[in-house]
Amino acid sequence: MWLEILAVIFNLRTLNAAIRMSTPIALAAMGGAFSERAGVINIGLEGMLLVGAFAGAVGSYATGSALLGTLLGVAAGAATAAVFSIFTVEFRANHVVAGVGINILALGLTTWLMQVVWRTRGISPAVARVQSIRIPLISDIPVIGQVIGVQSPFVFVMIALIVGGWVLLFRTPLGLRIRMTGEHPEAADTLGINVRFIKHFSVILGGALCGFGGAYLSIGNIGRFSMGMSAGRGFMGLAANIFGQWNPIGGLGASMLFSYADAVQIRLQTMEIALPHQIIQMIPYLLTIVILAGGVVKSRPPAALGNHYRSGGGT
Amino acid sequence: MTQKADSTILPTGARSRPTTSSEKVRAALTELGFSAFAIFLALVISALLMVILGYNVALAYQSMFRGAFGSLHGFSQTLLRATPLLFTGFAVAIAFRAGLFNIGAEGQLYWGALACALVALTVEGMPKPIAIGLPLLAAGLAGFLWGAIPGILKAKTGAHEVITSIMLNSIAIFATTHITSRYFKAPGAVDQTERIVAAAVMPQIIPGTGLTAGILLGIAVAALVAWFFGHTALGYDFQAVGRNADAAEYGGVSSKRIQVLAMGFGGIMAGVAGGIVVLSLLNRFVANFSPGYGFTGIAVAVLGRGNPWGVVLAALLFGALDSGGMSMQLFARIPSDLTIVVQGLVIILVAAPAALRAMVRWRKPKVEPVDVA
Repeated sequence: MWLEILAVIFNLRTLNAAIRMSTPIALAAMGGAFSERAGVINIGLEGMLLVGAFAGAVGSYATGSALLGTLLGVAAGAATAAVFSIFTVEFRANHVVAGVGINILALGLTTWLMQVVWRTRGISPAVARVQSIRIPLISDIPVIGQVIGVQSPFVFVMIALIVGGWVLLFRTPLGLRIRMTGEHPEAADTLGINVRFIKHFSVILGGALCGFGGAYLSIGNIGRFSMGMSAGRGFMGLAANIFGQWNPIGGLGASMLFSYADAVQIRLQTMEIALPHQIIQMIPYLLTIVILAGGVVKSRPPAALGNHYRSGGGT
Repeated sequence: MTQKADSTILPTGARSRPTTSSEKVRAALTELGFSAFAIFLALVISALLMVILGYNVALAYQSMFRGAFGSLHGFSQTLLRATPLLFTGFAVAIAFRAGLFNIGAEGQLYWGALACALVALTVEGMPKPIAIGLPLLAAGLAGFLWGAIPGILKAKTGAHEVITSIMLNSIAIFATTHITSRYFKAPGAVDQTERIVAAAVMPQIIPGTGLTAGILLGIAVAALVAWFFGHTALGYDFQAVGRNADAAEYGGVSSKRIQVLAMGFGGIMAGVAGGIVVLSLLNRFVANFSPGYGFTGIAVAVLGRGNPWGVVLAALLFGALDSGGMSMQLFARIPSDLTIVVQGLVIILVAAPAALRAMVRWRKPKVEPVDVA
């Protein structure tokens, strides 16, 4: 049995699956990174993923085009985030409460609307989906070809987005402004940075990323929407973001680690190896608690995370 | 992370401290007004959604109201569904008072439910009060232990209780499923325990309706919580830490001890919520059974503005939404999940008093010219 487990762990197809499965989690993690770097705690990632998945499927169903579906998913994720940012930034709603509200609202709206659209509460009919692509030269290279040679286009776009997000956050003036807003909004304001704009921008960008990740879930892979299909991936993204130190690339690394454990677990389950799979599924959450408690590396969230800021200090 | 459950969600906290009883009543009414306005707005927005999608709004709300309050059976269903929410509402509200956010009620509820079911399998032949009391005690203890973890982590390492609680929720669901399927699984496809013994089943207070004595227990707990915050030194310390941990510390209160206790006490409530669901609804532990009682508890606590009787009212409202949703689906042919939309809207609106105030202000100019004329 141990040989079989090792064979699964060091299998390139497991790695291929892990990269694919990390897509929505890494995108949610980056959404969380932008939001939290600008000082807004974002528990609503889960709901934004779910809305993206639903809108992606509806768009694809209505237009027959998976590309248009994906765009609608991105737009819907951004719109959900816009509601969240208006309430948290303009109306100074408690970030955590508003985030919980977004999650419940997203679950209710998507479950309700799927019955309005498809007359079913469970799983939608098949809709147009984005097919996997084979990269001509890379797919012929041994090892690398097996890992990323044939993948969903979402995976490649995700990797590009993560790299782009990292550049934006750490190598551009806008990124510096975002980070400054989350660390010290008063100082940012003094320097003429529009703190409110930066917060809205970061949260909505995060929502668009979640929308894209959600669209992957519904039309990037199986081509259907199912009730509550985000299934905790937003919370996993939240964990990956912390694990990855509020850095998109770190978040991707953490997401791949989590997904790898998950992929191994799923493959072992199909081989009917009686490993306690719930215990393997717990690992990401346990690791995040250990990290947060300062057990492995010291992690420090942005200093003004969760605070409300109003220019001039009045209320 | 620095955000805590501050005065923006608990306006009875630092912002104003009513001293005389008439001021207290006025403050409570303002709070009630806020929550009522949030509910009203949520219903209006949901109505707009229904209009856009071509549903009959009047019929929808009518059948919802009738379903929730129109008959003894309907009202019993409302109370039955409100019961676990009452407890998870307290799970969140108690921690709120100490300035902590117990988003982990869902996980605490699972441990409470499992512990309760396992004890309730073994109380054969015991007198009813003990056969019910022991499992509930186990539920509370399990909830306390699981709930105290984020409190301890916060006190010892500063790890934010919101994030650790979210992680602990997932862990609790996986762990209880694992324990059930591996050690206590009843024969069949579903991961569930055997049925609890008859002595441990919560008695119905209106025969034939399914409404059990759990709701009475809930009301008693509301009184207990009100007494705890109003008349005990520990309850005073909770609120002192909630208002200003540094000042409380200066006054000789160990804020770390209070943080652990507040999360633990919240955990007791969530654990008992799980226990009550097992004893009065499921009569066994079923893996993944909760439709989000713990998360709705957050809505209940926020809507109730942390006030024990406010929590009771809010739990009733959500219970009514739940049972009314069923009859809305039946008579108005509108999927009952609309009630989840209403829930989400209520939470978002009530979380932002500034939004409600802005809307009241926005309406004022329309009123004033009439006054002048």
